[in-house]
Amino acid sequence: MKRALPILAVLAVLLAAIAIVNPFFLEPAGFLSFVRRAAPLVILAAGQYLVIVSGEFDLSVGSLVTVEVVVAARLIDGDEAATWPVLALLIVLGLFVGLVNGAVTTLLRVPSFITTLGMMLVLSGAVFLWTGGAPRGALSQAFRMFGRQTGWAVLTLVVVAVAAVLLMRANFGRTLIAIGDNERAAALSGVRVTRVRLIAFTLSGVSAAVAGILLGGFAGVSAQVGQGLEFQAITAVVLGGVVLGGGRGTVIAAMAGALTLEALFTLLNLYGVSGALKFTVQGVVLIAAVAAGAIRLPFLDAPKVKGDAHAVS
Amino acid sequence: MTQNVLADGRARFGALVNPTSVVFLALAGVILVGWALVAVDGGQFLTMETVVGVQQRSAALGIVAVGQTLAILAGSLDLSVAYLISLASLVAAVTMAGQDSNIVLAVGAVMGVSALVGLVNGLMISKLRVHAFIATLGISLIIKGILGDLYDGPAGRVPESFQHLGYDRLGPVPVSALLWAAVALVAWFLLRRTKYGYRVYAVGGDVEVARLSGIRTDRVIIITHVLCSLCAGIAGLLLASRLGAGAPTVGTDGGYDLESIAAVVLGGAALAGGRGGVAGTVGGVLLLAVLDSVFNQLEVNSFFKDVVRGVVIVVAVAVYARRTGLIGRRRT
Repeated sequence: MKRALPILAVLAVLLAAIAIVNPFFLEPAGFLSFVRRAAPLVILAAGQYLVIVSGEFDLSVGSLVTVEVVVAARLIDGDEAATWPVLALLIVLGLFVGLVNGAVTTLLRVPSFITTLGMMLVLSGAVFLWTGGAPRGALSQAFRMFGRQTGWAVLTLVVVAVAAVLLMRANFGRTLIAIGDNERAAALSGVRVTRVRLIAFTLSGVSAAVAGILLGGFAGVSAQVGQGLEFQAITAVVLGGVVLGGGRGTVIAAMAGALTLEALFTLLNLYGVSGALKFTVQGVVLIAAVAAGAIRLPFLDAPKVKGDAHAVS
Repeated sequence: MTQNVLADGRARFGALVNPTSVVFLALAGVILVGWALVAVDGGQFLTMETVVGVQQRSAALGIVAVGQTLAILAGSLDLSVAYLISLASLVAAVTMAGQDSNIVLAVGAVMGVSALVGLVNGLMISKLRVHAFIATLGISLIIKGILGDLYDGPAGRVPESFQHLGYDRLGPVPVSALLWAAVALVAWFLLRRTKYGYRVYAVGGDVEVARLSGIRTDRVIIITHVLCSLCAGIAGLLLASRLGAGAPTVGTDGGYDLESIAAVVLGGAALAGGRGGVAGTVGGVLLLAVLDSVFNQLEVNSFFKDVVRGVVIVVAVAVYARRTGLIGRRRT
């Protein structure tokens, strides 16, 4: 929890700044609609966190989100009765893609950057090969409910967040962090490294499926729905103070990082910063956050880090 | 005697399974299979047109990939090349403004801007200790925002004399391919024949060991990123000369960031750094271009191309992982 403090403080400042410009934000409806907008990214960040903290990357989540939405639209095609079976199928699809990513990375020893980059090409190619170049079909009303209605989106987010926190407190979470910190030490102390990493990738795939379901309802069907989301999710996780290379950071901080990113976008919109310049601000904030974290470490946090390393191993 | 033969055989075996040879063998294989497939399809594969096309197509990616090779060998990577290419094409075309007299100035400006971007990347990674992934991703976001704010579409104009760079050829060899060859040769020379090259491999192999052996690792990383960005700048110049103008999306449309990384690892370089070379990268880029060309001739759906490309990259790296496992010590 201590590690999540800086990002929570930044988040609080940003939320306060939004509330000053836009008082509607303080009302439950205003705040919840912000949370609904942020939900897909927060869920993706939770999934990406699992992979990053174990020392890997998942670059395929953006195209996986697109695939989920396009597949849903084509299979449902406006048919209400098809909603639930398709939802189940989407989750299975996410699970399967994550499993393949994990298997190729762990069993074939391909660096996850390459595995998931390849998966990204395969997914975006395959789905449009199947639909003939452009998304087709339409989502049902019941499907769109998840992303559109604030209650459902927030509920989904809360369920995912609680599950992620519980998971990280369980044995699985501790071994996952141990693997990211020192894979060999973890293996020698009896952790089944391959299995734990496989589960992390699989869960990342599932989180992309859930995010895709929410985004499909919220943003509708398009070929660009997932574009760039993988980098946004990684940005969010890193903003939360999670270290690339693994072993450091909490899932709460990663999700708070996603909320912070979304709050930053909201704030920039409110101040009328042009659409393009928001990327510039995002880049500056990303670098500044990581540089600040890295510079402070040797002077202030050195003893703490040592203690942590002990606790982990 | 027998021992000699054994050692000889082992060396030969080693050369065969060295990733650089693998990628050129794969290249030869793809050309053969492509030739056969296209012949069955009723076309001709090894025509002047295809040979020139492959070179034209691969020149820009090839130049970026050579720079990316340096970054990856040093244990870093550069995600900012795609937006830098767009920026470079705009700087070139806007500075030239259609005037022959401005060409030198424009090339200088592009090199200056690229070197500056590389310097910032390198400083952030080495001095601020920001992970290369994050530092270069951040820079690419910054450039993306600036480009999006300043330009809605193509801008500037490249004079006709500069367009020769993109379209002319000497016999079967386009000028752009010669430029690529020159860049690759310079990089090869730097890596194999200078102290800097050995330092790059040392830093990529283990930055801490390199530092303890007296290498100024920060300096190596900064120089490497400046060189990598310069390569992206040259690619931007080449693309500007082809388009006749600068375009804010030319780098991202080509997917030069991830594609160049893919080409480098396809060429057998280890993503973690310290292993690989320019020759492998050239093979990797040519392999991608020949695949593209075969698919174009067979008129395969472009989405199917993406699928195959993704599979090829992952399979290639999986094969290299096996090979290094067999020959060298197993890395855990």
